[in-house]
Amino acid sequence: MSSRAAPTGAAATPLVAPERLVAGFTRALRRVGVAVATGSAVLYAEALAKVGLEDPDGVYWAGRATLVRRPEDVELYDRVFTAYWSEVTPLRLTQTQVQPVTLALDEEPDQEEIPDDDGPTGPDGDIRALRWSAVEVLTERDMGTLTAEEWAEAQRLIAALRISTELRPARRTRSSRGRSGSYPDLRRTFRLNVRHGGVPVERAWREPVERPRRMVFLLDVSGSMEDYSLAMARFAHAAVSSRRAGRVEVFTIGTRLTRVTRQLGRRDVEVALRTAGHAVSDWSGGTRLGDCIGEFNDVWGVRGLARGAIVVICSDGWDRGDPERMAVEMGRLSRVARRIVWVNPLKASPGYAPLARGMAAALPYVDQFVEGESIRSLEHLAALVSGAPGGRR
Amino acid sequence: MSASELPTPHPTLLVPGDPGLTVDGVAAALAAHGYLADEGLATSIFLALVLHRPLLLEGEAGVGKTEVAKVLSAWSQGPLLRLQCYEGIDISQAVYEWDYARQLLHLRAAEASASMGAAEDEVYSERFLVRRPLLTAIDHGEGPPPVLLIDEVDRADDEFEAFLLEFLSEYAVTIPELGTFRAARPPIVIITSNRTRDVHDALKRRCLYHWVEHPDFEREVAIIALRAPQAVPELGRQVAAAVEQLRGMHLYKPPGVAESIDWTAALAALGQKRMDERTIDLTLGTVLKYQEDQNRVRAEGVEQLVRSALQRGA
Ligand SMILES: Nc1ncnc2c1ncn2[C@@H]1O[C@H](COP(=O)(O)OP(=O)(O)OP(=O)(O)O)[C@@H](O)[C@H]1O
Ligand SMILES: [Mg+2]
Repeated sequence: MSSRAAPTGAAATPLVAPERLVAGFTRALRRVGVAVATGSAVLYAEALAKVGLEDPDGVYWAGRATLVRRPEDVELYDRVFTAYWSEVTPLRLTQTQVQPVTLALDEEPDQEEIPDDDGPTGPDGDIRALRWSAVEVLTERDMGTLTAEEWAEAQRLIAALRISTELRPARRTRSSRGRSGSYPDLRRTFRLNVRHGGVPVERAWREPVERPRRMVFLLDVSGSMEDYSLAMARFAHAAVSSRRAGRVEVFTIGTRLTRVTRQLGRRDVEVALRTAGHAVSDWSGGTRLGDCIGEFNDVWGVRGLARGAIVVICSDGWDRGDPERMAVEMGRLSRVARRIVWVNPLKASPGYAPLARGMAAALPYVDQFVEGESIRSLEHLAALVSGAPGGRR
Repeated sequence: MSASELPTPHPTLLVPGDPGLTVDGVAAALAAHGYLADEGLATSIFLALVLHRPLLLEGEAGVGKTEVAKVLSAWSQGPLLRLQCYEGIDISQAVYEWDYARQLLHLRAAEASASMGAAEDEVYSERFLVRRPLLTAIDHGEGPPPVLLIDEVDRADDEFEAFLLEFLSEYAVTIPELGTFRAARPPIVIITSNRTRDVHDALKRRCLYHWVEHPDFEREVAIIALRAPQAVPELGRQVAAAVEQLRGMHLYKPPGVAESIDWTAALAALGQKRMDERTIDLTLGTVLKYQEDQNRVRAEGVEQLVRSALQRGA
């Protein structure tokens, strides 16, 4: 870390009290998108009191330990660190100075709670206001052709979709009435029968709980796919708000792999997808689906994120990379995923055949190949991921 | 055994709770116990000790996350309490459980001697309590506080994470029949995750965080020298170089430090003083655990791997 800029003592730089420094630094981090809670900022101040301010490496690592909570943020942290700490010279930080840390931060409230299952429910009400026939028409329309107004309406319709995911058995159990598939619950049986001297007069049973499977979305954001992928991101968000769907993860693919799960449900998901997409147009030759899926496999998929999950890939399969790579990576993915659903809006066009090289290479590993160009086909997709009859395996 | 016979901590090293502890002091103490931490990891361990916060270590398989807890236990001489997480883990495996079989026997015996009333109360006393790691961690006796290792927390589910958050805020456990147990001195807590899924933010915020990377080349060489001293130094350098290259190959399971150590040991056991194609081929299974990966490497040419390992390791 010798290259790290030391907080210099140059006379020109202002002397700033440590708690202001911490507040300023965390604000700068938030500005670039690193989520820093107030509690973490306070912890950083405490950590600085222990490592001191003289050694830039200590200042750096104390921040890494207290303010950064995921490796993706390290790069941003590094950038802000260099920019910020080379600007200011802190007062010497001693323990007594730091004790009553009152950080005057412009705060969003700090949420310390783990939300329970009762997450937000989908919007309702305003949909009914739309004239039935208008809705009917919109659901059939190709989403690549909507006006801004229609698109807004379409988003509302997607948000209202009821999405549940196929169930998997979990190891956790719950009390039951002793139907088939149950087994005796010793703990409760004993407790029920203490009065009978432990003779099991009444019996208690447990049965395995079933849980919804995880869903992973890989959304192609190259030029022609943008609108459909955005619709899929809304679809993914509708799944997040549904109590009957499993955990949801969303990534964009195209020229590179980007995780956008955190932006989901915020306005920036649109920004995130569009920026990712603007890096590439269809004929620029930049789309590398195989590489992106490979990166997903390496970094997330085979490590467990895709294991037992329902993976939904939304792409036209137009790939400038090596089809061999595509086949290899799809093979790896299919070995860990529960099933792979490929959504290709082009499939809705009359006479479509999967001739794009990438698409042809991927197809043998795809369990279900569906359209997804309209809201109607998203409804169909919702039925698919719920494991409704007709789903394979 | 009298107190004087108990092993004493390394004389030149401070114990984890010492007020004079520094980051360098932590690194030195870990090294003395066979663990070579870089500055980032040493700083986060130091902060965990002095701020009394749990430390969450995330990283690829085999980068040395679990080992941190073991080494801390050796250094502090606090007992190591390991809770291995899995999907569906619950209170009865993590905190406590009643010993039903013994409770039942006790009731039967009481029945025979016609003292049922008292027996019903007695069966819910500490005698019949089975302590699991989290309870043991806060209800420890004299001596240095234990090191609580909550391993692979990413495998547990949301409910358990919510419980952990509460546990790590209070360091207390309530058993309805017995009351509340509270730690006089909190344990040292190390939580590990392979990041198969994200640990909840609230839990992360409760902890200090460090993303553990594979060691850089020189550190890996040093780790190998420390853990496989039977091998000649050149061999260790070559293995470190080869492993570094394998990690860049997008394998299904890239080798961790454990694999470097095992590989070096295997080559040394074959009497090797340097790498060659034949012995690499023989021992590839110690470093690559998947057939698929072994095939990949063989297909791309072991020869090339050896060549660059010899070059870099020189
Ligand atoms: N920095 C290090 N210094 C000394 N030994 C190390 C170091 N890092 C790793 N090791 C060695 O590597 C082995 C594997 O480490 P460990 O089991 O802690 O990895 P892990 O990150 O917990 O992996 P997993 O995710 O597979 O559980 C340890 O037994 C230890 O011998
Ligand atoms: Mg481990």
